[in-house]
Parts: sequence; C-alpha cells; structure tokens
Amino acid sequence: MVVPSLKLQDLIEEIRGARTQAQEREVIQKECAHIRASFRDGDPMLRHRQLTKLLYVHMLGYPAHFGQMECLKLIASSRFTDKRVGYLGAMLLLDERHEAHLLITNSIKNDLSQGIQPVQGLALCTLSTMGSAEMCRDLATEVEKLLLQPSPYVRKKAILTAVHMIRKVPKLSNVFLPPCAKLLHERHHGILLGTITLIMELCERSPEALRHFRKVVPQLAQILRTLVTTGCSTEHSISGVSDPFLQVQILRLLRILGRNHEESSETMNDLLAQVATNTDTSRNVGNAVLFETVLTIMDIRSAAGLRVLAVNILGRFLHNSDRNIRYVALTSLLRLVQSDHSAVQRHRPTVVECLQETDASLSRRALELSLALVNGSNVRAMMQELQAFLESCPPDLRADCASGILLAAERFAPTKRWHIDTILHVLTTAGTHVRDDAVANLTQLIGGAQELHAYSVRRLYNALAQDISQQPLVQVAAWCIGEYGDLLLEGNFEEIEPLQVEEEEVLALLEKVLQSHMSLPATRGYALTALMKLSTRLRGDNNRIRQVVSIYGSCLDMELQQRAVEYDTLFRKYDHMRAAILEKMPLVEQGGPQVDEEAKESKEGAPAPTESQASQLLDLLDLLDGASGNAQHPPLLDPSPGGALVHLLDLPCAPPSPAPIPDLKVFEREGVQLNLSFIRPPENPALLLIIITATNSSESDVTHFICQAAVPKSLQLQLQAPSGNTVPARGGFPVTQLFRILNPNKAPLRLKLRLTYNHFGQSVQEIFEVNNLPVESWQ
Amino acid sequence: MQFMLLFSRQGKLRLQKWYVPLSDKEKKKITRELVQTVLARKPKMCSFLEWRDLKIVYKRYASLYFCCAIEDQDNELITLEIIHRYVELLDKYFGSVCELDIIFNFEKAYFILDEFLLGGEVQETSKKNVLKAIEQADLLQEFQKVH
Repeated sequence: MVVPSLKLQDLIEEIRGARTQAQEREVIQKECAHIRASFRDGDPMLRHRQLTKLLYVHMLGYPAHFGQMECLKLIASSRFTDKRVGYLGAMLLLDERHEAHLLITNSIKNDLSQGIQPVQGLALCTLSTMGSAEMCRDLATEVEKLLLQPSPYVRKKAILTAVHMIRKVPKLSNVFLPPCAKLLHERHHGILLGTITLIMELCERSPEALRHFRKVVPQLAQILRTLVTTGCSTEHSISGVSDPFLQVQILRLLRILGRNHEESSETMNDLLAQVATNTDTSRNVGNAVLFETVLTIMDIRSAAGLRVLAVNILGRFLHNSDRNIRYVALTSLLRLVQSDHSAVQRHRPTVVECLQETDASLSRRALELSLALVNGSNVRAMMQELQAFLESCPPDLRADCASGILLAAERFAPTKRWHIDTILHVLTTAGTHVRDDAVANLTQLIGGAQELHAYSVRRLYNALAQDISQQPLVQVAAWCIGEYGDLLLEGNFEEIEPLQVEEEEVLALLEKVLQSHMSLPATRGYALTALMKLSTRLRGDNNRIRQVVSIYGSCLDMELQQRAVEYDTLFRKYDHMRAAILEKMPLVEQGGPQVDEEAKESKEGAPAPTESQASQLLDLLDLLDGASGNAQHPPLLDPSPGGALVHLLDLPCAPPSPAPIPDLKVFEREGVQLNLSFIRPPENPALLLIIITATNSSESDVTHFICQAAVPKSLQLQLQAPSGNTVPARGGFPVTQLFRILNPNKAPLRLKLRLTYNHFGQSVQEIFEVNNLPVESWQ
Repeated sequence: MQFMLLFSRQGKLRLQKWYVPLSDKEKKKITRELVQTVLARKPKMCSFLEWRDLKIVYKRYASLYFCCAIEDQDNELITLEIIHRYVELLDKYFGSVCELDIIFNFEKAYFILDEFLLGGEVQETSKKNVLKAIEQADLLQEFQKVH
C-alpha cells in the first residue's frame, strides 16, 4: 500500500502536532523516506514540492544532503516554479565545500543569458549568496554584460553580484571598475546604492582605485545634498528622511575617500555640516543618518569646528531616551576619547550619569569612558563618582571599576594621603575584586609616605577592626600594623577620631585574623609576621606573642609552620638579634607604574655629562660676553677663542651633534615653574625650537598666563599660540608654548622673557633674561 | 551583513540566511549559541550586543526575534531600519503578518528577503519595487502552472 506523501502544509501541521522530540523525529523520518523515493522515481512535476518539504525539515536541523542533486535538476528545469525552489535549495544546501556546487555554474550561465528577468534575478541572487571563487571567475563576463542592460531590476542585482565577486576574487576589480563612472549617473536608487557599495569595495582593496574614485566626491556630494535638501519621493523615504539607506552608504563612501586626504575632506566639510544640522532626529532613522555623519566627520581630515560639532552630537545622543542611541554614542565617544580628549571632556557630567544605566553593556561603556576622562584637574570629583558607583555597581563590573580607580589614583593622585584614602576605600568596598598587585602597590605607597605612617596605620586598624573578611585589606592592614604598630599606640592624629588602642586589643585583632576561617594562607602569613614584628614595637612583655608563635609551630600549613618555627627559634636562641631582624623595612625598589618615574630620571641623568661640558664652554663664553653685554648688539665671536672652543669640543667624551639638549628651568615663584626644552631639527641647522612649559604645584590656579619673549636683532623669533592660559593648581595640566627661532648666522642666543599672570588673587609680572642657555641651542 | 536569523521565543529557527560560507556544523553551533544569548537578554536591554568579533543587532516583533550579524564598520542604527523594512514587507505581503505565516510559507519569506537584500547588502530601497517584483514572480509561477 502506497501511503501518499503529505503536502507541505500538512507536513508542517503534523510536525507541529508532535508532542515529543521522538514523535517529531518519527514523522520526519517517515516523510524523508517518501521524499527520497519521490526523488528517485516520482513525478518530476512534483519535485519542487518534495524539495520544499525537505528544506523545511532541514531548517529544523535534520539532514538533507540527499536533496542536493535535486536542486540541480530543478534549476535546470524550464519551469519558473522549479527554478525558484531549486535556487533556494542551492542557497540553503550547497556551498563551496560541496563539489556539487560547481555543477550549477552552467545553469546559472544559461539563465543569465536568457533574458527572463525574474529568472536572471534568481540566478544572480544565488551567485551572490553562495558563489565560490571558481564560479565567480567563470561567470564574471556574464555579470559584466548585465551591468549595462536596460532593466534596472537586473542591473541592480548584477552590481551587487559584482561586489560579491570582487570579495571572492579581488582580481575581478579590473572588470568591474570601468562601468562605475557611468553607473553613478543613474537615477534609480537601487542602482546608485549598488554602485556606491561596489565603489566602496573597489576602494578598500586597491589604493589606485581609491585615488581614481576621489574625483567622484563632488558628484556624491551632489547626490547627498539633493537627498537632504530637496528630498525625494515618499517611495524612498522613511519618516521624512529621504532614502536613509542611500544616505548612509554615500556617507560611508565619502568617509573612505576623505580619509587621510586633505583636499577631499575639505570639499566635504560644508555638506557634512549641512547633513548634521538638517537631519530630523525625532526617530531612529534620522539618528542613523546622523550617526553615520558623525563617524565620517571623525574619520576624515575635517575642520576642527566640525569635529567639535560631531562630538557634541554624540553628547546629545547621550541624552536620548532611546537606549540604543545612547549605546552607539558611548561606544563612539570611547573611540574618540584619546584623539579628541578636550571635546569629549565637555560631556563628562553626562557620561558619569550614564553609570546609572540599568543595561550592563551601557554602564560598562560609561565606566570605561569615565575612567578615560579622569585627569589631573577633575580627579577628585571623578573619583567620588566612581567610588559611589563601585559601591552599587553590578558584580561583573566591580573588578574593572576597582582596578580602573586604582590606576587613575596612581596617575593623578593630588596628594599621598588622598591616594591612600582612595585605595583604602576601594579595598573596603570591593576588596575581593582587586588585582593581586594592589596589596603590593599599597604597601609600597604607604611605606614611601613617611609622614603618613601614623595616619595609615590608624585608618587600616579601624577598617580591620570592622571587617576581617576582605583579604587584600586584611593583608595590607596586617602588614601596616606590624610595621608601624608603635605609631598606632602612640601617634595622635587629630583628623581621625582619637581611639585609645590598647596593646592587647591589637594583638587580639591579629590573632583573630590568624584564626579566622575566612583568612587565606597568605593572609595568615601576614598576620603571623606582623605579630612577630610587634614583639619589638610594643612595650608589653611578649608572652602572648610567644604563645601564638609556638602554637603555630605545629600548624598544618607548611609555610606557616616554617615561619612559626623560625620565629620561635628567634625568641629562644637569637633574642639578641631579634630587634635588628625585625626593624622597619626599607622601601623596596619596584617596577610597574614607578617605571615612568625611573625612565624619566634616567633620561635626565644621561645628558648630565654633556651638561658639564656645556658649562665649561659657557664659562668661556661668559668671559667674551661680558665685553658687550647689550641685547641689541649681538657679540661677535673672536676667531682665536673660537679655536679654543673647538679644542674643547674635541674632547673625547663630547657628545655627537644630535644629542638632546638638556632642559632648563628658568623661573620659579611660589610653586609656579617655567621650563625650557630645546630642539635643533637636524634637517634645518638654523632653526631652534624652544618649548616652554609652565607648571603649577601650588594650591591656587594660575590664570591669564601670557609669556612674551625677545631675542637679539640678528635672530628671528616666532611665537606660536600657547596651549592655554590657565595652569590649574596642584599639578594640573601645564601650559605649553612653542617658540621658533631662526639663527642662520649662529649668533649666540640670548633670550629675555616677560611673564604676566594672576596667582593667589594677585597679578604677577616678571621680566628676566634667561641665563645659562646651553651652547648647543645656537651653535 | 554576515547572516540573518529569525527564531521564536522557544528558540525554534524560522529562517536562516547566511551570506558567508560556513559548514553546516558551524552554522548549527553559531545558531545555537546566538539564540541562547539573545533569548537570555532582558527586555530593557539595548538591541545591540558584541558576540565573538561581530556586532549583533536584534529586535523582537511579537513572538519572533529578528537577528542580524554585522561587521565592525557597519552602522547598527541603520541595521535596525533594515530589519524594520523587512518586517514591513512581510506585513504588506501577508497582510498583517504573524509567525504562523512565516512558518507555513517559509519559502515566500526567503523570496521576499532576496528581493530586499542581495549578498548581504540592501539592493532596493523602495518598498513598492520590492513588492512589485514579488508579485511578478508569483504571477509567473501561476502562469506556468496553468500551462
């Protein structure tokens, strides 16, 4: 008895009706057997139905490879229904890995050349979805022919197929580049869109193509301008925005063409400003165009004002009620925070607000961005926000937040005490999430801040007394109490609540840590050692300590046992050495973040030998200079002293000419300091660049800072605009300014500076000549 | 676009369009993982997520999730518009589309998608033109049936 095979609809009904996975499998297996039989010797007219059923079953995850050859047969059929299903099957069941896929090449070739549009459409669609490199090579000419056919339906598909072909076989760029220029004049949106996509693909693969297509920038600009200003038919519009898909694609292409190319970028400035200001932002579609505009502005060589506009648009996005828009804004700002730091800084308050986002991917980005925006002048305010965030943030962000805070604190801590307080707060709030080196960093920091030992040990003791569960905190506290236990009992510190701490309490606390099941072995080690150190720091007798130490001599933990035994021996046999061994530790040399300081120091160390040479030379120069003394008349160098100078310069340890000229501190007053750095570019011996750097370590900001300079008449001086006029207090961002001095005659350099600024509420004016200018700056 | 997946709230696949060559096994793995990831998202979360080295844009329409994987330089916001346009096309074709339409006429869903996107790129920005093309193809199919 032949059980008739089901129609597609019925099959689907039956599968959906199955109550268990096993039942479903049964139904499908039965039907697949039918399908197989039908493929073998069933009615060819119904083949397409069988394949459709098979494709449905395939989507549910069942094997369907036996249908591959059927796809080929259906594609080769002359009936449109067959072709439709056959090509669909090919896209779903065949791919480059199957050898069978090449067999459809001929069918595709036939279908492309027969001129029936829907059929050509199917063929092109399939080719662009699963066409392998081989297929693309074989069919490139066919597709090229179709690019110039009259029917836009076929042309637009041919263009996108060309895109796919170039992705598979980059060499085919040669075939598809020439038609682009003409295609760009088309008015059909689909063709334009495809062409722009094609041009993008060509440009990204070949610098010549990129150069070639730069000349269409004006044309692209015109198309975009028309879309934005006069609009187009409603057919292509979404919520009043004219063909946003086309706009976005044009913007992307402009981005590629304008990147690293001043001229092209300049022609786009106006247009981009226009798009940025004219686009309706009430719905997602307008914002999508706006977003693409921002991306383009930031990636090309756009005018500074335009860049600020773009960042401001992103800033506005942050206020948008649509969470998706806030997301793209945060992601983009994160990418821009290094290159356009000051523009992004302006949106810092909004960014900080975004820390409260409920969606973790947004708050994570807000966190990253906030950390990137911390600098010397906002560090206190920012840290407050970030620490508040740390207390309430979701657990998966804790670790990043904690390490971010610690890193920022290291870089920008205004005072050591603030730094210690910050680390302490992080350890108490998120102690379990900090990095391993946080303990080492903090002990290093505290160790180095002698004036803060008493303060630190007090605070750590209080924190420990409240909570002994956070291991990093416990470890640092134990270490500190061990080192500075004497200060804990004696030190009196007004700023913290005066706490009368008894020796017994201290010992009890350490013992508690030692015994607690929450303490890690390492922590126990810290506590034991701390107790031992206290034996020399505290005044009472050491019986209690000795007891503890001896108990731990039989501890199961090897490390602790060994320590305890050693300490016990110290008490019993080497008591005379105990004090010396347990003395306060010297500061340990440390790599890591300190490296910057060390590198700087070594850099400044290297030019030191040259400095001594220079000073010898200067002495000689001074003797000569004393004779003239007037800034108006540059002194002439006598030939014979010149000879003596040459001898000195010939000294074996004299540096070769490109050695860096040492910096010069030329001014200091109440924490305001002025430094000069010198650069002699080797390619222009007459040129001297001086960078003046004004820093401020005082407690009051320096404002309205202006520096003027004068040099002898035979030299030419050019002052560039300073980086700013304000030097914030407490080591805020310095003001820098560049002087360019042309000295073709190598006349001795003399420099007079005039500084005016406001500081501590007073206006300051200083005029002085710079002494000790290094000879290398003008010779 | 690298691929588009449509799946139900129970994780059943309703459409899969791949624009990059991957083995069946890889496709299954990606589908399984991505479906799990997207279904685990809470309703108040944004429509974008980073997954492997791709950006995923998804949106739920009634009981169906529409999920696209785009590349780093692609614009997420316009991808949302692409998804929306596809849903509008389905809606127009089926007349107030629901998941069942897409289940029982899955091949039509593919045909419509193939008139809107090609090789992962938008090929036609006019709704009218896309629907017209489908209409013509359907007519041709009917016409050949009779003869």
